[in-house]
Amino acid sequence: MDASLGWWGVPIAVLGGAIRISTPFLFVSLGECLTEKSGRINLGLEGILVMGAMTGYGVSYLSGSPWLGVLAAGFAGLLLGLLHGMVCSLPRVNDIAVGIGLMLFGTGLAFFLGKPFVQPKAPTLPALPLGAWASSPQVQAALQINVLFIVGAVLAVALHWVFRNTRWGLVVRMVGDSADAARAMGYNVNAVRVLATALGGFSAGVGGSFLSLYYPGSWNEGLSSGQGLMAVALVIFARWRPIHCFWAALLFGGASALGPALQSVGITSGYYLFNAAPYVLTLGVMIATCSTRRTLAGAPGELSVTR
Amino acid sequence: MSSQSFRPVRRELLRALVAAGTVALPFSRAFAADKITVGVIYVGPKDDYGYNQAQAQAAAALKKLPGVTVIEEEKVPETMDVQKTMASMIEQDGASLIFPTSFGYFDPHVIKMAEKYPKVRFAHCGGLWTEGKHPKNSGSYFGYIDECQYLNGVAAGHASKSKKLGFIAAKPIPQVLRNINAFTLGAQSVNPAITCQVIFTGDWALPVKEAEAANSMIDQGIDVITMHVDSPKVIVETCERRGVFVCGYHADQSALAPKGYLTGAEWNWLTPYTEHVKDAMAGKPMNNFLRGGLKEGFVKTSPYGKAVPEAGRKMADGVKAKMMKDEFVIFKGPLKDNGGKVVIAGGTALKQQDVTLEGMNYLVAGVIGKV
Repeated sequence: MDASLGWWGVPIAVLGGAIRISTPFLFVSLGECLTEKSGRINLGLEGILVMGAMTGYGVSYLSGSPWLGVLAAGFAGLLLGLLHGMVCSLPRVNDIAVGIGLMLFGTGLAFFLGKPFVQPKAPTLPALPLGAWASSPQVQAALQINVLFIVGAVLAVALHWVFRNTRWGLVVRMVGDSADAARAMGYNVNAVRVLATALGGFSAGVGGSFLSLYYPGSWNEGLSSGQGLMAVALVIFARWRPIHCFWAALLFGGASALGPALQSVGITSGYYLFNAAPYVLTLGVMIATCSTRRTLAGAPGELSVTR
Repeated sequence: MSSQSFRPVRRELLRALVAAGTVALPFSRAFAADKITVGVIYVGPKDDYGYNQAQAQAAAALKKLPGVTVIEEEKVPETMDVQKTMASMIEQDGASLIFPTSFGYFDPHVIKMAEKYPKVRFAHCGGLWTEGKHPKNSGSYFGYIDECQYLNGVAAGHASKSKKLGFIAAKPIPQVLRNINAFTLGAQSVNPAITCQVIFTGDWALPVKEAEAANSMIDQGIDVITMHVDSPKVIVETCERRGVFVCGYHADQSALAPKGYLTGAEWNWLTPYTEHVKDAMAGKPMNNFLRGGLKEGFVKTSPYGKAVPEAGRKMADGVKAKMMKDEFVIFKGPLKDNGGKVVIAGGTALKQQDVTLEGMNYLVAGVIGKV
């Protein structure tokens, strides 16, 4: 076996990294996509992500079933999303301020409740060896794909289809684009938004459980390092289109893997710059897409940032 | 009671308390005391399977000493926050000895507080205190853990088949570089052709990046990995999952990798903690430069894992015995850095206590990476 790959290691590491790292981005951004389509913005997803990670790990440890952990993480996210949705339904409440509050609350609560789970080792999610055909162990490792990644990819397509072709999707979009029109049609705007925010929270919670139960696969307080916030930026980058969210998540995942991959083949200068790649990308996206003169193409009309 | 009538009472009470405090404190600090309050500050959670846990274990043991009260605060960032924490430990809890355990606390935070509170002792973990430059009531304690990293290297050199080792490090500061170099030299004492790849992640706790670094190293054929990050748990688990060997750091992580754990470099902070507490209670001047290695009981090694071959155990035990007798020198000339420059001239042997080692700013030949 020739163990060394040399330069080929970089694209393989970036590909593997993209698949491994992107899943939480994908779930959080799909959740946020749904929430924002209904005209709400939920900046608290970072808190939900961390809370989901903690809940998933804790439940998996206590029950011995990682899948139960994923489900519990989803419901923890659902509850926090529901809280955000209901608070924002009160008159004259700013959803951005509440979101920041929720972010701090979620992370704080997760750190507080998660103390006893830092040490123990919980059962983690299994992976599908999709690279079994390859002779190279590196390719095999890169293609160790978690079921949640596939679920996320399917969810992106499903969400796209729901927005386009179903009555429910149309209602969510209408509520997000013009609350007045929705009211005139007899829909309860707040109810739709609360539901969309809660489901978005569920998705973000599942994304969190991926962090603690698969990759990197343990619970500690530095686990998320801002991934929930980056996913919110990613939704804007993806122009509120679920399928674009999928590609954007892959791109961000690959960018996160770039720094370590380049150092491992001996490109050692400027590693701070490469390590910052995902953040630079976020900033670049924001600069490229923001303008004072026009609203973003594809942005829901009721979104408080675009109003 | 209405709030109007309550407020003056509270103010009086506070004033009385402050007055009592300023009168009482000088006495308790100036003379040998049978009671002491010790403040310990951590940069991360104190059960992180790593750096903070090692410190917290010592603090927990300290609580059992007679007359010692320990107050702790975890997750204090290396910013103005740590000054506030120190101030409140001193003003509210009456702490007279503080252990700010993170490297970045020292400059400027500890220095400022030491000047502000000349009667409180500040024992900082790391190598930054300098004679004549920094206040006398501050000082540094540190362990020569590079001795254990050298032994890690010996075990790694024997276990590795690809002769390529990996080191995942947070930041290129002297202590980290010294560990990387010691690990590499230890491995090269087994086989001079061994190389060690370094990846700097950029910060002390970045789990995703650490896992990614471990994965890309393993993809490059590296088969033994060690690290210098705050919480090695993620790296140790990733190595075990990918089936490569790993040497631990900070605390014993053998439970996380029963197959691949070779050995590990662990702290034993209770030794310097106890010394500082005893000095403070006896009213002796502070030992500003407290150092020790295996011999002094500041550091220790994890038991060998199954994967370390007999020859490796024998060789590492031999070196360890020499270290215990203070007969072994890790950094001796001629030594070149990985750019080909001579960093230690032939004939020079820098013993552990040599302070020039604490300003290490190079990677030795055989390390792939840049500072």
